Amino acid sequence: MNDDPTRAPDPSGIDAIPAPEGATTPIDTDYTIGQDNVELQVGPFGLDIHNPVFLISGLTVVAFVVLTLAFQNSVEPLFAGLRDFLTSTLDWFFLGAANVFVVLCLVLIASPLGKVRLGGREATPDYSYIGWFAMLFAAGMGIGLMFYGVSEPISHYSTAIGGIASEGGVRTDWAPLGGAAGDQAEAARLGMAATIFHWALHPWAIYAIVALALALFSYNKGLPLTIRSIFYPVFGERVWGWTGHVIDVLAVFATLFGLATSLGFGAEQASAGLAFLFGLPDTDGSKVVLILAITGVALISVAAGLDAGVKRLSEVNMVLAAVLLGFVVLVGPTMLILGGFFQNLWAYVAYLPALSNPVGREDANFSQGWTAFYWAWWISWSPFVGMFIARVSRGRTVREFLTCVLIIPSLVSVLWMTAFGGTAIDQIVSRGITAVQDAPLELKLFEMLQGLPLTQITSFVGIVLVIVFFVTSSDSGSLVIDTITAGGKVNAPVPQRMFWAVFEGLIAIALLLGGGLAALQAMAVSTGFPFTIVLLLGCFAIVKGLMSEPR
Amino acid sequence: MYSKILTPVDLAHRERLAKAVDTAVDLARHWGIPVVLVGVTEAAPSAVARNPQEYARELAAVAEETARATGVAVEARTYTAHDPATQIDDTILKAVADTGADLVVMASHAPTVGDALVPSHGGRLASHAAISVFLVR
Repeated sequence: MNDDPTRAPDPSGIDAIPAPEGATTPIDTDYTIGQDNVELQVGPFGLDIHNPVFLISGLTVVAFVVLTLAFQNSVEPLFAGLRDFLTSTLDWFFLGAANVFVVLCLVLIASPLGKVRLGGREATPDYSYIGWFAMLFAAGMGIGLMFYGVSEPISHYSTAIGGIASEGGVRTDWAPLGGAAGDQAEAARLGMAATIFHWALHPWAIYAIVALALALFSYNKGLPLTIRSIFYPVFGERVWGWTGHVIDVLAVFATLFGLATSLGFGAEQASAGLAFLFGLPDTDGSKVVLILAITGVALISVAAGLDAGVKRLSEVNMVLAAVLLGFVVLVGPTMLILGGFFQNLWAYVAYLPALSNPVGREDANFSQGWTAFYWAWWISWSPFVGMFIARVSRGRTVREFLTCVLIIPSLVSVLWMTAFGGTAIDQIVSRGITAVQDAPLELKLFEMLQGLPLTQITSFVGIVLVIVFFVTSSDSGSLVIDTITAGGKVNAPVPQRMFWAVFEGLIAIALLLGGGLAALQAMAVSTGFPFTIVLLLGCFAIVKGLMSEPR
Repeated sequence: MYSKILTPVDLAHRERLAKAVDTAVDLARHWGIPVVLVGVTEAAPSAVARNPQEYARELAAVAEETARATGVAVEARTYTAHDPATQIDDTILKAVADTGADLVVMASHAPTVGDALVPSHGGRLASHAAISVFLVR
């Protein structure tokens, strides 16, 4: 019947198996997916979970939450100290590693290895470009762009224009590089370049490396879709034992705490936004209601599945974000933004070597407090986002994959930062409006929108976007955690993924009410360090894996 | 009375497969009609196979074996879905349309309170399909 291999992917996501999808070089392993799984009946629900990853992940998470709630005064300085120690002492390691990822991605795009197709030579893409992009952004970056799009450019602009300040030979200012004391134009340029640096090639290269490694080892090599598979070329059969359990548990830990703490902080920010816009009460009660609402929608979304839930919501989000971006471009300083796009892109390229230099930095506050922190943060999110990207990227060639996960999102980030940050800087520089500068972080976006017409409508769109971006992170995160804790099975019973979505919401509420969001977020960011090592080994595994594939 | 029976099978749970397949084959023999075994798999490696092609070969082997043992014409069709856990019903409906089957014989667990949250596939299918559905408990 419908067996033509050149057919377009069925929009329903359901396809009759075509003729062979072309040769791949599977890895011969004695491991069968699900061999360590246990099937349980809990009440009316059947579960199919990995033993012991599911149990250890769940218990570790509960233990950390309880400990944090019980001893938060001593735990918070400890975790924050750990994070600060890592980002300040090992800043060179984070910066250097991130450069390696970017360079590897660029080399792979240009090299003949770029011709390898994920899923076999004749495989067809699972998703259209639109659905794919929507999911890339919704899972990985959307929420950050909403919060930092306005605030980060202003921050760097302000510190840059303040210039260098030092005390006893140590720089106390937060300006990027040498700053641009008193020079408005140069400070704006440097501020935009520094912001874009944190949101363009480097973060996406981090995600791309994890995603590419997983997709390659899963679709082409036949290993389970779980983080430990990346390590097969390094550890061999040992990845199916405790070595692998530890990696998977760490991935679940980073993902769950990353999601739960940003959900908790997000609820605080969204609640402040709602109070600012509509005068709603900004209380613990309203934050809990927000978390419950976000978790509730995420629950419906994961129960509906990848296509009917996650993808559809991501597409809604992308349309809303595009509308908001289009509005800011058209109603804001249009020519400034359009011209600014190219100027900022150029400023980014010009400052890139200095900003990404891992050694001999004089701007320690900036390179450690901002850049190394960001890299650790992106890397701690990479098991989640990378695995989700891998899940939806089958059928693309390596070149197409890297272009679409690295280059295009980077350009979108440049445009977004130019529109939101550029408009805000313009309000300060040429119109003397300092409301945005003075507003707290969570309100900066709305203050900036107040400087433009139709404030009520755009702010409402903004707040909806913030909330839906949380939903799309929460539902895709639950899918990822479920797959890891089911030993790489993507078709484990649906109640399991619903469990993780609920669990995440409950942790967010517990930490919000009991305190400890900051402590556990610091802990989650600290997992960026072990995962940096994971990713570096992943680079080696990718090259080795790609070399053995038919091109 | 019927012209073709469609039976969804889950190769990951072969032990639960026998009753539904036996029922389908007996009915098929009674009316002298063919059976289509339908499998749904994901693109990612699963417990059954490393890729969809391997899954399709496994299912074809089961169909062939059943045909040889029973003398009934048994055909296999494998589908991939992005998220099989939530797309089984839609896949079966698509397979019904593709194959022109007019009776579905499938295994389904006895109703539980959990169905309120996650409905059983057989139950949902029966309420969405225009053709007859025979649920084997």
